[in-house]
Amino acid sequence: MRDFFVLRVVAKMLIPFMLIFALYVQFHGDFGPGGGFQAGVIVAAAVIFYALIFGLPAARLLVPDALVESMMALGVLIYGGTGIAGMLLGGNFLDYFVLSANPVTGQHVGIFLVEAGVLVTVSGVMLKIFYVFAGRAKLPPG
Amino acid sequence: MMALLVLSVVVQRNLFVVVVLSGIYSFLMATVLVALDAVDVAMTEAAVGAGISTVLLLSAIHLAGAEESRPLRYRLPALLVSVGVAAALVYGSLGLPRFSDPAAPIHTHVVPRYIQDGPRETGVPNMVTFVLASYRGYDTFGETTVVFTAGIGVIALLRGRRKKKQSEANAEIRHDA
Amino acid sequence: MVIMPLSDHYTYWITILLMVAGLYVVIARSNLIKKLVGLAIFQTSVYLLYIAPGKLIGGTAPIASAQFSVYSNPLPHVLILTAIVVGIATLALGLALVVRIKESFNSIEEDEVLVAVHGDAMSEDGDA
Repeated sequence: MRDFFVLRVVAKMLIPFMLIFALYVQFHGDFGPGGGFQAGVIVAAAVIFYALIFGLPAARLLVPDALVESMMALGVLIYGGTGIAGMLLGGNFLDYFVLSANPVTGQHVGIFLVEAGVLVTVSGVMLKIFYVFAGRAKLPPG
Repeated sequence: MMALLVLSVVVQRNLFVVVVLSGIYSFLMATVLVALDAVDVAMTEAAVGAGISTVLLLSAIHLAGAEESRPLRYRLPALLVSVGVAAALVYGSLGLPRFSDPAAPIHTHVVPRYIQDGPRETGVPNMVTFVLASYRGYDTFGETTVVFTAGIGVIALLRGRRKKKQSEANAEIRHDA
Repeated sequence: MVIMPLSDHYTYWITILLMVAGLYVVIARSNLIKKLVGLAIFQTSVYLLYIAPGKLIGGTAPIASAQFSVYSNPLPHVLILTAIVVGIATLALGLALVVRIKESFNSIEEDEVLVAVHGDAMSEDGDA
């Protein structure tokens, strides 16, 4: 599909906007519909779109396998780390009101970190699953 | 309309058509969810059900190479079981609260506390976000772990057998550029 | 969406219809990918089962705002958000298994795979 000029140009114009929209959904999840899961899926969809137009090896150069696999684990680590930070600062596991002097600010910080962790994990997992399925060679029949 | 769509998914045997119909079904479900005021859920269902799910099913159809499905030999018992389950569920649903009943238990237990105190205690207007991330944060931690486990499971099952070696693919890209 | 005035339980019956259609596909079709699609339909009907009772006519989406006082119930939305993501995780793992089954037995029809696993003694064909 690399040879189709219109598809390439449209993809190059659309993918930045898709990524910005994903960030908007992530950070605006406090005030409207959105949040970590939706944003993670949109990020993965943007990279999958790139892979569909420019080929899977090009997408693997852009977002390498090592990065995707570490993203998968990093998100869970961020989430768990926020919980442990709550415990270290005096509360129970996943208490947010201890994360800052003002409990409401603490809730904001906690929710922000937690949604960031979810974004990283979900986008990493969706992308890795796509890489694994699309990179597998089809067996010849029989 | 969704009933018609689902019945055509049941009857249709070409798998590619089934996958496209299931994508349409997910979009219709997202529209129905918006009509039911579930905007977060509708966004997730549209992104996940109509986006990722369709991509995965199409790649699986390509890899598994199957285009048609055959019906099972003994279909009448399955139909009778399905109709029996439907009848039992309809009988059970008669005891459930009416649609949009404000006195139903679902509206009177913990939810008034979430609705009244939540925005003030957390400073976040979106109720779904603060219930998901703050009041029920532990469940969301479990869900993130489930997603992580699914990724690891897919890697463990489908590791190996690339289309071509990575070095050959890189050489091809440099040659084309 | 027009609320049918003839019954207060209409949403439950639509949910049950979708659920049973998904169940029938899982039971009565032998192609593994079609079974997974049927399972996805079943799961989607469960989402409807949870969210429909949370809706209040005259309410609005659960986002706090000064102009509205009646909100639809946010708790089912939270549960179903988790359920959707878990559903796609299940679908991905199921499809990975289907791909491996295809590579091992060269078929994804359930009866052929069972024959290949257990040998011809379990075949249901009378004239095998």
